[in-house]
Amino acid sequence: MTVSGASVFRLALLGLLAWLLQLTVVSQITIFGVPADLTPLVVAFVGYIAGSTTGAVFGFALGMFVDLTPEHTLGVNSLVFTAVGYLAGRIRELRDPAHGLAPVVVGAAATAIAAVGFALLQFLLGVKAPVSLLLLRDTLMIVLLNTLIALPVYALVHRLLATFLPDDPRRRRRRAYTTRLSPLSRA
Amino acid sequence: MHDKAVRRRRAVLVVLVAASLILLTAYYGESSDGRLHGVQRTALSVLGPIQDGASRVFKPVRDLFGWFGDTIDAKDQRDKAVEQRDAYRAQLVKAQQDLAEARQRAQLNTADAEGMSKYGPVDARVYVRSPSTWYQQVQINKGLDDGIHRGDPVINGAGLVGKVADATGSHAVVTLITDQSFATSVFAGDQRHAGSITPAIGAPGDLLYEPVDATANVREGDLIYTAGTTDDRLRSRYPPAILVGTVRRVDLGEGDLDKRIHVQPAADFLQLDMVQVLTNPNAA
Repeated sequence: MTVSGASVFRLALLGLLAWLLQLTVVSQITIFGVPADLTPLVVAFVGYIAGSTTGAVFGFALGMFVDLTPEHTLGVNSLVFTAVGYLAGRIRELRDPAHGLAPVVVGAAATAIAAVGFALLQFLLGVKAPVSLLLLRDTLMIVLLNTLIALPVYALVHRLLATFLPDDPRRRRRRAYTTRLSPLSRA
Repeated sequence: MHDKAVRRRRAVLVVLVAASLILLTAYYGESSDGRLHGVQRTALSVLGPIQDGASRVFKPVRDLFGWFGDTIDAKDQRDKAVEQRDAYRAQLVKAQQDLAEARQRAQLNTADAEGMSKYGPVDARVYVRSPSTWYQQVQINKGLDDGIHRGDPVINGAGLVGKVADATGSHAVVTLITDQSFATSVFAGDQRHAGSITPAIGAPGDLLYEPVDATANVREGDLIYTAGTTDDRLRSRYPPAILVGTVRRVDLGEGDLDKRIHVQPAADFLQLDMVQVLTNPNAA
């Protein structure tokens, strides 16, 4: 991904929008008492699209932002989201999956890692949390819900970041026309 | 070139993980008045209006999704409402009898005729809710400037909602009674069985009532309400006679000591829009 003022601004806007939507809309729409969680999805897809370094930095920044609300412990989300963004980016760098449903798998895995990582950190910090089947059910429900919304979220994130990617198809098409390399021009 | 990129990537990861761990350690090690907690309070006062504005903007979207959910739940709710109506009719007959007695007794006692007004109620709007398994908190649009302080009890039309966990100039965070930190002394039913109430660990939204006298005859449908201050040396955070909930189920164990009394909170925490903060809870 091309790092520039515009790309950083767009990433910041994406993070702010994801946080606000999660807080004011998504968290209020529950299925069996459990809401979806946009934030790990957005972090994973930024990493998946823009690379591990960008993913890790974006994850850290968004996690830090989420942690700024008083009910959170500062550092927990930034640590978890850093890992999520980095791992999602590494999957793209090492495997480069071409299947159209790969973002669904990445989204589900990212949500599971974020949920389990968050729970582990809470337990390590000594938070007296409800340890029960309910917690497992909640975690599975969040993974399921995030899996369902993964594709539209991925499409949105990709659309927002596409202009900053070196292999953006629209850019390639433009370049092909301007340099007369289009197959149509040879005919 | 490739090695340099790999080294840079790893260095960024190490720096970010180290920064997170340092933040975590520093935050966890300091008191609630520490510098990092102060940063969170400042962030709340800065981000609060943004959240409030966004909450208003996205309300139609929430309402749309809520409408679908409400329609699905409507039939179930109607059946429950009919059952409750029948139960309340029976209670009403008894209440009318009690009322007649109470009117006569009122001439002899200095009964509390002021209701909640003497506790300095401040109306507030809930603009962020986070009823998750981990955090049972909401944020309201009133704070220190409106006379609200940490620890003030919060109620709504149905009953007790929680207490103020933190407050800034114009915003405050309210911990709900279903949070693991909640506990208070209560009375149960018309026999006023003294006891305490705490959240049921592992079942969000469920409260457990534990009577002082294990043989107390508490039944389904009994009302649970705050006991208030019963000893001047240990002042209660909550005024007396605020409804906490209704006994939903009594699980009988092997003996009275194993009995688990489940209480359904009176307030619906998924439908919180307006609340009242009692800024003078210890008013005589």
